[in-house]
Amino acid sequence: MRFLLDDEQREFARTLDDMLGSAGTPGVVRSWAAGDHGPGRALWARLAEAGVFALAVAQEHEGLGPLPVELAVAFAELGRHAVPGPLAETAAASALLGRLGGDAAHAWLPQFASGKAMASLCVLSPGGGPYALDADAADAVFVVDGDTVRLAASHGPVQSSADPTRRLARPLGGAVLGQGPEVTAAATYATDVAALVTAAQALGLGRSLLERTVRYVRQRTQFGVTVGSFQAVKHRLADTLIALEFAQPLVHAAALALAADDPAAGREVAAAKVSACEAAYGAARTALQLHGAVGYTEELDLSLWIRKARPLRNAWGTPAACRARVLADGPVG
Amino acid sequence: MDLDFTAGEDTFRAQARDWLDARVPSVPLPSLETAEGFAAHREWEGTLFADRWSVVSWPEEFGGRGSSLLEWLIFEEEYYRAGAPGRVSQNGIHLLAPTLFEHGTDEQRARVLPSMASGEVIWAQAWSEPEAGSDLASLRSTAVRTEGGWRISGQKTWSSRAAFADRAFGLFRGDPDADRPHQGLTYLMFPLDADGVTVQPIGRLDGKPAFAELFLDDVFVPDEDVIGEPGQGWRVAMSTSDNERGLTLRSPGRFTAAADRLTALWHSSTDPDSTAALTSGSGYGSFSHDPALRDRVADAVIGARAYQLFAYAHASRIAAGGSIGAESSLNKVFWSELDIALHETALDLLGPWGELSDESTEAPADGSWAEGYTFSLAGPIYAGTNEIQRDIIAERLLGLPKGRR
Repeated sequence: MRFLLDDEQREFARTLDDMLGSAGTPGVVRSWAAGDHGPGRALWARLAEAGVFALAVAQEHEGLGPLPVELAVAFAELGRHAVPGPLAETAAASALLGRLGGDAAHAWLPQFASGKAMASLCVLSPGGGPYALDADAADAVFVVDGDTVRLAASHGPVQSSADPTRRLARPLGGAVLGQGPEVTAAATYATDVAALVTAAQALGLGRSLLERTVRYVRQRTQFGVTVGSFQAVKHRLADTLIALEFAQPLVHAAALALAADDPAAGREVAAAKVSACEAAYGAARTALQLHGAVGYTEELDLSLWIRKARPLRNAWGTPAACRARVLADGPVG
Repeated sequence: MDLDFTAGEDTFRAQARDWLDARVPSVPLPSLETAEGFAAHREWEGTLFADRWSVVSWPEEFGGRGSSLLEWLIFEEEYYRAGAPGRVSQNGIHLLAPTLFEHGTDEQRARVLPSMASGEVIWAQAWSEPEAGSDLASLRSTAVRTEGGWRISGQKTWSSRAAFADRAFGLFRGDPDADRPHQGLTYLMFPLDADGVTVQPIGRLDGKPAFAELFLDDVFVPDEDVIGEPGQGWRVAMSTSDNERGLTLRSPGRFTAAADRLTALWHSSTDPDSTAALTSGSGYGSFSHDPALRDRVADAVIGARAYQLFAYAHASRIAAGGSIGAESSLNKVFWSELDIALHETALDLLGPWGELSDESTEAPADGSWAEGYTFSLAGPIYAGTNEIQRDIIAERLLGLPKGRR
């Protein structure tokens, strides 16, 4: 057993972190939220060049995957830098089409892998909402309804989210691409992939919120001392770190389980999803509280991170749904 | 990155499982915090030792198997899965022994370790004093130089297992002129039946004498029972504090096994047939359909899995030549809170049976949930309170400035 990222995986994370760190993501995020997808698409192309989207696509469709561990590594960095767009949805749509095969897979997967096309995905059941994320930006919106999958023809008006980069719309109409139990099975797998990468994104988001807050409380002075010297502040940050540190191995184990097609993968993914997302949401609450009033402003870039935490927590598996799933087939591990 | 066990590790697990399945007492031993239970647990340590299962991670010459950290984790998973007794010798094997391996002499290791591993000598710790708890370095007990050794005096307290143990180890102020508080401390071992030692048992929350006060009046300790250099005791003791807080004190196996039992309890309490069997016809199913309880069961299962995986990552880092320092404080807070939450959830699932003490003849699961709950309540206090651990996490892992406690 070597339950540690290998050197190549660490290097991949470092490369993405460096690239995104100098990409001015707050500006990209604000443009995306305003409906200007230009800078976001440019960043998408650079991520594709780094191989991010190819990780969810098999070699036969010009991808590198499926490589769930590397996807989790990449998505942690996307979360760390609050990258906007239908990221989890593109990975999940790639997983869906990869399992289904056929003409749609041949038509779309090479384009997803190369970053030429963005996908969105709406899984209406069980427990899914009626919206497709960033349907207005996506080149293809797939809709799973029970055992049927459609390629949507259009979408309804864009609804705003608590996270302004999450632009939600109802997919409308479209041709049926497939029907039957294989669709249900493929959708379950795709939903697991979506949940895994959302958990990884949340982990990165939470780490960034913690780092930013530690930096802030080290320089913010009140009563003549840095507020980071106060025990109430320290303990809240310590608890935030503990939650993130214990969520991380769950995310990695879930990725390994998906990679191995482990029958327990669904449980592992659910455990990772709820833990990482609760940890990230806790980090957001801590960041908001410890920045004080300035943390409650839209102007501060921190708000772009804070506002992502709550929607990610509920996307692709609410905490309650995840907890139920953990117990559905007995204990994990 | 993988979570795979080698064939050798699988064999090790199978051997441990077979041995435990054959040897673990079918009726739980009496509480180890009683005279009767202590004796029974001491005997069990001897049974473990006879087949070299009491200290698997120690070198073979001292009765171990030279097991890796990962093998030790596997052993612990099997140990608690089998429902084996609590370890009455754990203060010695997880606190004193690592110190002896790192700072002791060959003579000390040869003299102390085999009888510790067999349960012949049970060790208690003598750290805290009435005025030195979290602020351990303010301790006042003294060690005064004398011909061939030291004479120790003072008062130690919260000494776990000391009510029935044979020997103790702890820190004493050997150099009254040294700059306080961390300087001039000496790490000593001494017998609890020596002249000048008075052991006064203390009842824990449920009255069982789980710890004791030690009154020391001019007790002679020979030089051969000093560990490390006199005056260097703080450094010597701190080298084991990470062990105490970390994995070895409360291994993930305890929690994965307890989470499995909790899940079984939850399933059985939602199933009228097995509920009847559990409670002789009365049933406690009506208390467990609450989704809030289901969520708490799930969180205990997830927490135990998270700790298990965290430990696998930890073992992988050690195997790759890394080390663990202040990260052990993350463990301490995590497992101690998990332990309480897990037992609280079990007691809530038991509804009206949840308040029965472990001594009640009608307590579910032979009182193990009640006993485990009482035991868990001490977790956030001992081995450095969780407040101290959070300070360590904030200062040493997050780089926040030291401030007033």
